[in-house]
Amino acid sequence: MESFFVRFKNPLVLIALLLVQAIALATQVRRPEDPLRPDGQHARLVRLWAVSLVAPFERLSAFSGHGVRGAWSDYIDLRHVRQQNEDLKKQLDQLHLERAAISEDAVEGQRLRGLLDFKQHYIQSTVAAQVIGTSGSDQSRLLILDKGADAHLVPGMPVITPDGAVGKLRDVFPTTSQLLLLSDPTSGAGVLLQSTRIRAILRGTSQGAIIINNLTPDDRIKPGEKVLTSGGDMVFPRGLAVGTIESIKPDPEHQPYTTIVLKPAANLNRLEEVLIVTSTGNRLDPLTEQELAKDAQIHAADVSAERLPSMHEGKPEADPNAPSDAMPPPDNSTQLVPKPKPALHPDRYSTGSAPPATDLTPGAPRPSQQTAPPATPPETEKPQ
Amino acid sequence: MPTHSYTSRRELEEYRFSPVVALAVPLLFILLQAYIPKIIPRFAILDLPLLAVIFFAVARRNPIYGALTGAAIGLVQDALTGQYIGINGMAKAVIGFIASSIGVQVDVENIVLRILMNFGFSLLQSAMIFAINKVMLGQHETRLLWLHELIRAGLNTAVAVPLFLFLDRFKQRD
Repeated sequence: MESFFVRFKNPLVLIALLLVQAIALATQVRRPEDPLRPDGQHARLVRLWAVSLVAPFERLSAFSGHGVRGAWSDYIDLRHVRQQNEDLKKQLDQLHLERAAISEDAVEGQRLRGLLDFKQHYIQSTVAAQVIGTSGSDQSRLLILDKGADAHLVPGMPVITPDGAVGKLRDVFPTTSQLLLLSDPTSGAGVLLQSTRIRAILRGTSQGAIIINNLTPDDRIKPGEKVLTSGGDMVFPRGLAVGTIESIKPDPEHQPYTTIVLKPAANLNRLEEVLIVTSTGNRLDPLTEQELAKDAQIHAADVSAERLPSMHEGKPEADPNAPSDAMPPPDNSTQLVPKPKPALHPDRYSTGSAPPATDLTPGAPRPSQQTAPPATPPETEKPQ
Repeated sequence: MPTHSYTSRRELEEYRFSPVVALAVPLLFILLQAYIPKIIPRFAILDLPLLAVIFFAVARRNPIYGALTGAAIGLVQDALTGQYIGINGMAKAVIGFIASSIGVQVDVENIVLRILMNFGFSLLQSAMIFAINKVMLGQHETRLLWLHELIRAGLNTAVAVPLFLFLDRFKQRD
C-alpha cells in the first residue's frame, strides 16, 4: 500500500489539488447568498487577501503615473491652452443659454411628477474614485478603485462618469473596491430606448461587448438610437446615458429575439476616474433647484418680453394681409376664439337675434312672437 | 577529483531559485497583468502568470512543485477577477504538472521546444477554462473563439521566449 502512494505520489497530489478546487467551485456555485456576490462570503475573504496583496503596488503605480502625467499636462504641455480656454468659455455661454431654455420645462416636469406621485430618483451625492488596477483578464471586466468602505461605499452602488453609466460596485474592501463594468458577462442593467421608449435589459458578454437580447424584431429600433437607464433595476438612477445602438441582428440561438449591440457612452477601456453614487433622492438638491428656478425666471421674463406689445413699439407693424409665415399665436391669445360668419338670412336662431337672458321673464311670451292672443281666457277646470 | 554519475535529465539539469526570485517574479507578473491593461487595454490578452507557471515548473522539473505553483498563481489570479475562484487554479495546476513532467523528459532550454511548449500550454489552458466554465459551471453561453485563442497563444509565446532567456539568469544549479 505504501508503495502505491510513493509510486503515484505526483498524480495523487495533482488529483487532490483539483478535487479541493472543484469542491471550492461547487461551494461557490451552490451558495448565492447575495445576487451581487454570487460566489458567497467565503470567496470574498480570498478576494480581500488577493486585492490587499496587489492594491498597494497598484496604488503606488497609479499615483506615480498620475504624477508624471499631471506634471507634463499641468506645467510642460500648455500649448493651445489659451485658445482652448476661449473655446470653453463660448461653449459655457452657449450651455447657459440652453440650460435657461430647458430649465422651465424641468421645473414643470418635476412639479407634475410630484402631482402624480412619481418617484424619480435624482443623484444627491457622489464619491470620486480613481481606477488603480484591473482584473488582468480579458474575460472578466472588473476594475479596482482606490476607495472602499472607509469612504462609506457599499456593494451595488452605481458608478458613473460624466459620459454615462459604467457599472456598479461588486466587492467593497476597507480601502479598495471592485467595479464591475457593464461589459462584464455577469453584469446587467435595466434600460430604455430613448425615442421608442421600449424597455429592455442589457448585459455584457465574454468578449466585452454590451448587448440587449431580450427584444423581438421591431422596425422602430434603428442603429444610432440612444439608450438610457430606466431605473427599473433599482441600481442606476433613471435617465443616465448608457450608449447608442451600434447594430441589430437576429439571434440565431434565441429565435425570435434579436441581438442589439451597444456602443457604450463612456469609454469603458480607458476609465481613469469615476463617480460612485452614494445616495439618491426624490428631489433635486437645493442648490440645483435654486439654479433651475432662477433660470426658469430668466426664461419666463424673456418670454414675457417677447409677448408684451409695449416691448415691440419700436418695431414696424406687421402687415395683416401678408402671408402668415410667423409663429402661431400663443395658447391664451384671443385670436384663438372662433368668430362666426354673418348669416345670409337671419332668423330667430341667428347669433345676436336673441335678447340677453337678463331681459327675459320666465313664462312670458317671446317679444318677437307674432301669434295672436286668445279672445277668451282658456277655461280652467274648477273643483266641483 | 570527485566524479558525478547522472542517471536522468532531471538529475542532470534540475534548478532552483532563491526564495526572493521564486516569490517576487510570480507576484510581479500578477501585478503587471493587473496594472498594464489599465494603460494598454489590449494587454489583457496576454497571460503573464501562465508564463511564470511554465517557466518555474519546467526549471524545477518537479511535478508536485509545478502543480502547487500553478494552483497558487491561478488562485490569486482568480481572486482578482470577478470569476469563480478555482477556474484558473485548476487549469494552471494541470499545466504546472504537465510542464514539470515534460521538463524531466526533454531539453526545454531549446528555443524551438520553448516555442512549441508555450504555444501548446496557452491553447491547453484556454481549452481547460472553456471546459470548466461549460461543463462544471454550466455556463452554456460560453464560447471558445479559436482565432482569439490562437492569437493569444502566439502573443504569449512571443513574449515568453525573450522573457525566459532573461529569467534563465536567476537559475541556480542544485
